[in-house]
Amino acid sequence: MKDPILYIPGSDIAAVDDAAPGTSVLRIRASRRAFIKGIIASGAVAGSSAFLFGGLTGCAPDQPGAGAVERLLSLNINGKVRRVDVLPNETLAMTLRYKLGLTGTKLSCDRGECGACTVVIDGRTVYSCSTLTHMVGQREVRTIEGLEGPNGELHPIQQAFIDELGPQCGFCTPGQIMSTVALLEANPKPTRDQARHALSGNLCRCGAYDHYLNSVMRAAQGA
Amino acid sequence: MSKDMMPMFELFQPTDLSGALDLVERYGADGWKVAGGQDSLDWLKDRAKRTKAVIDLTRIAEMKGIRETADGLEIGALTTLTEIEESSLIREKFALLAGAASRVASPQIRNVGTIGGNVSQDARCWYYRGGMDCYRAGGSTCYADTPQGMNREHCLFGADRCVAVSPSDTAPALVALDASMVIQNADGERVVAAEDFFIGPQVDIERMTVLQADDILTAIRIPNTWANATFYFEKVADRKTWDFALVNIAAAMRVSGGTIEDIRIVAGGVECVPRRLSVVENVVKGSAKNADTAKLAGGSASRGAIPLNYNQFKIPLLENLVMRAIRDA
Repeated sequence: MKDPILYIPGSDIAAVDDAAPGTSVLRIRASRRAFIKGIIASGAVAGSSAFLFGGLTGCAPDQPGAGAVERLLSLNINGKVRRVDVLPNETLAMTLRYKLGLTGTKLSCDRGECGACTVVIDGRTVYSCSTLTHMVGQREVRTIEGLEGPNGELHPIQQAFIDELGPQCGFCTPGQIMSTVALLEANPKPTRDQARHALSGNLCRCGAYDHYLNSVMRAAQGA
Repeated sequence: MSKDMMPMFELFQPTDLSGALDLVERYGADGWKVAGGQDSLDWLKDRAKRTKAVIDLTRIAEMKGIRETADGLEIGALTTLTEIEESSLIREKFALLAGAASRVASPQIRNVGTIGGNVSQDARCWYYRGGMDCYRAGGSTCYADTPQGMNREHCLFGADRCVAVSPSDTAPALVALDASMVIQNADGERVVAAEDFFIGPQVDIERMTVLQADDILTAIRIPNTWANATFYFEKVADRKTWDFALVNIAAAMRVSGGTIEDIRIVAGGVECVPRRLSVVENVVKGSAKNADTAKLAGGSASRGAIPLNYNQFKIPLLENLVMRAIRDA
């Protein structure tokens, strides 16, 4: 019988024989779907986020570098203090998506060239893929998840984006909305050109720019 | 596109300049200074360069903010491009710099990107950025200056093995404003004119500026010499957002009674350093500020240019930008 932690019913993954119990789960190369299904079926609980990073090079435990130590940070995310262990080389997008489960923030280019990962820090838009989490400090981070009302209702900006059919495929939408949030909080009645300028750091490969601008202008009317 | 992590490094976050100077002295070339991180993190993600230690400068309060001094302004190197764009002090006196800062990259990048980082950023030649062993990376060839090399963005002037250009939008503005750079290391402080801060491949092919590994650029000083002068800035790039200048132009001039009495005019994207167009300055100084002078100035701007296979278009582009600067400023 294999180590129970590694036994994943319904998957074609076998345990890694040479691994120490309890750590070998990190070495499994499985599709995420097979792995998550296995976890659900077996009732196993992965208490650490490490399995999410297991397929990510540079972060695997078998190649530690100097200073490869997670440190506990208290981040201010969407008005809540979130305590999370963070590696020195971890970007804010990684922390949000893979450690805090805030997957509304999208990772696309991972190079600060597309805007899908845009979040608002202290009122300013920032590419979370190009920000080290350790450099965020106590500043106030807002993501798309932070926009919903107390009863889960949509933020007026989100509603305006729906009403104007802003998104096409929708992948860049969280970033477009966060840029709009920062714009309308600083300038509630922008001109269309000001809106264009404020959203210029967010690419849309569907080319739905005019629809997005219509959405921003509608949100501004409602504001 | 991979969504992986950067290779591991140690992260230091000093809260004052002396702490940072200790670290850069201790780590030397193995210590990577980060401010906005918009140049740095790409190098590390792409594995084109690696580092043992990253030194986060952003907690050093003494390197932030814009101060008025007896003879001008002092801008902390950590001041973001957005702060420069929005600063009333800079907009009033040195609108040239505010305008240049507003054209850098994208809003998100300007929100974290610093003036110190913008002038210290590395060459944007994609062969070099791609991790190839070119001259600038310590190798013995240039991949851009070959018959098949894609060199549309590369230089017209000053090629010496490397044909990369100065990518910064604020650098030409700072040279035009006769700014100076305040640099600190363990031995103390030195002040270097912006014009001498940038170096070409003939001086050191592996660096774009005089900054050594143990130096920190702490501030930029702009003298009142050109305060409230007549300014012109224009950047031409493939896209309005993100892209680096194909050519940009920054000019500061004193015009009196329709005559250009004095001028400094500088172009980016045409040489490894911001190129001060001395020939143009000499042509227009003392002349009437009109279309004829502008045309003459434009024609003189490209004197000595040696284009590569795919960047001939930069010659008329530079000439036209100079012409517009003189005519429309």
